Amino acid sequence: MSATATDAPAVRFAAACKSFGDTRVLDRFDLDIPRGEKTVIIGPSGSGKSTLLRILMTLEGIESGRVEICGETLTDRFDGVERAPRGRGRLRKIRGHVGMVFQQFNLFPHMSALENVACGPRLSLRRSRVEAEAEAEALLRRVGLGDKLGSYPLQLSGGQQQRVAIARAMALRPEVMLFDEVTSALDPELIGEVLAVMRELASETSLTMLVVTHQMGVARALADRVCFLENGRLVEQGPPEQVLDAPENPRTREFLHALNLA
Amino acid sequence: MEFSFAFALEILPKLLRGAVVTIEATLVGFLLAILVGAGLTALRRGTPRLVSGVTRWVMEFLRSTPLLVKAYFLYFALPDFGLTMAPFVAGVVALGLHHGAFASEIMRAGLDSVPRSQREAAIALNLPEGAWRTRILIPQAARPVLPGFGNLFISMLKDTPVLYSISLAEMMFVANEIGSLQFRYNEAYIVVALIYLVFSLLGAVGVRLLERRMTLPGSRP
Repeated sequence: MSATATDAPAVRFAAACKSFGDTRVLDRFDLDIPRGEKTVIIGPSGSGKSTLLRILMTLEGIESGRVEICGETLTDRFDGVERAPRGRGRLRKIRGHVGMVFQQFNLFPHMSALENVACGPRLSLRRSRVEAEAEAEALLRRVGLGDKLGSYPLQLSGGQQQRVAIARAMALRPEVMLFDEVTSALDPELIGEVLAVMRELASETSLTMLVVTHQMGVARALADRVCFLENGRLVEQGPPEQVLDAPENPRTREFLHALNLA
Repeated sequence: MEFSFAFALEILPKLLRGAVVTIEATLVGFLLAILVGAGLTALRRGTPRLVSGVTRWVMEFLRSTPLLVKAYFLYFALPDFGLTMAPFVAGVVALGLHHGAFASEIMRAGLDSVPRSQREAAIALNLPEGAWRTRILIPQAARPVLPGFGNLFISMLKDTPVLYSISLAEMMFVANEIGSLQFRYNEAYIVVALIYLVFSLLGAVGVRLLERRMTLPGSRP
């Protein structure tokens, strides 16, 4: 079991299908992400990019196919939010492998930056307050917010909030980190500070990162591999210099062209 | 008819003793209402359809029947079933049940005001269900609920005279006693009204202070 678990890819989608009403968001979708790889997913809105991440975080289920995280399967109908308590132990085990950062930060507004970062270790891993807060402080220093420990989310800029959110997700030491349009809600001058933190994280070789973005600067800065998604299918993938600079698929070219005009 | 300040002052201590009972009934009734409200809210959000459906009907019943009828039933009818309660007990239970349904409405609005994204963040942090509820959901729901609870408290305070009818010796009871013994209702009722006014205003100020204390750091008032 341990051999297969460590050999297994960090993330695997196999013929995964997902619809919202009549809209197919993932259409027999296949993707393997090896451990430690930094994958950036681009594509037009509605192409299923965010849904990919939400499925991995168990916030959405799939209708058919197979999804694996670090060798554990999330098959069948599996919607994390409404599911019956029967699978809860397993759900929590799977969630333990994964961390997620959201477009709108989703910090807890009634907790200070330090409490936000410490609350995962304290409440899900049952660490002591002293231990959790010491670690949280170190993480906040690492993202450049050592002077904002006591600040509350509403007292911080968007860029600062997002850095707290990254520290909060990292505090649980996930193997796979999901970034869902994390710079999209930020003013342009604040993108840099968040991107710098993500680049620094990307230097951790063992951490698998899955980044959804429509900012090509973010893709270039982070990606080992870029995947272009459209209509729930993987249209093109490869190293960033290939997909972003010399795309083979006409749909990719069209998309990048439209972005450049915008 | 004239108003005698001397007489008003003379009866004030007696009325204030009645006011203590009024306050006690309000406080205990309020705590009960919160408990009943929390129970109803939990049941209504429970997964089995049958449970939440039945709970809705119970709430509808509690909300749509007069407080006086509840008080009479608890005090005069329940002894027929072998359950006898002191006026105070019957009174606060009636208040708690009657206002519990309203408390539940307020709590539901508070819980609904916490955005779904908070739930998703809690899932992403792998928080256990209990921690999600007690550390994230309820603390955030408490803020918007506060004004509603303040109003509930004040309307409960003003409902306590109903308990006079089941012979609870609260303020109104005392006022009527004074009136019927001395044939002077005028001063007694006016003083009672003023005491209610003072209590209501104090309650409103208390809620305002609590709200200010609970304002999220960094949010603009």
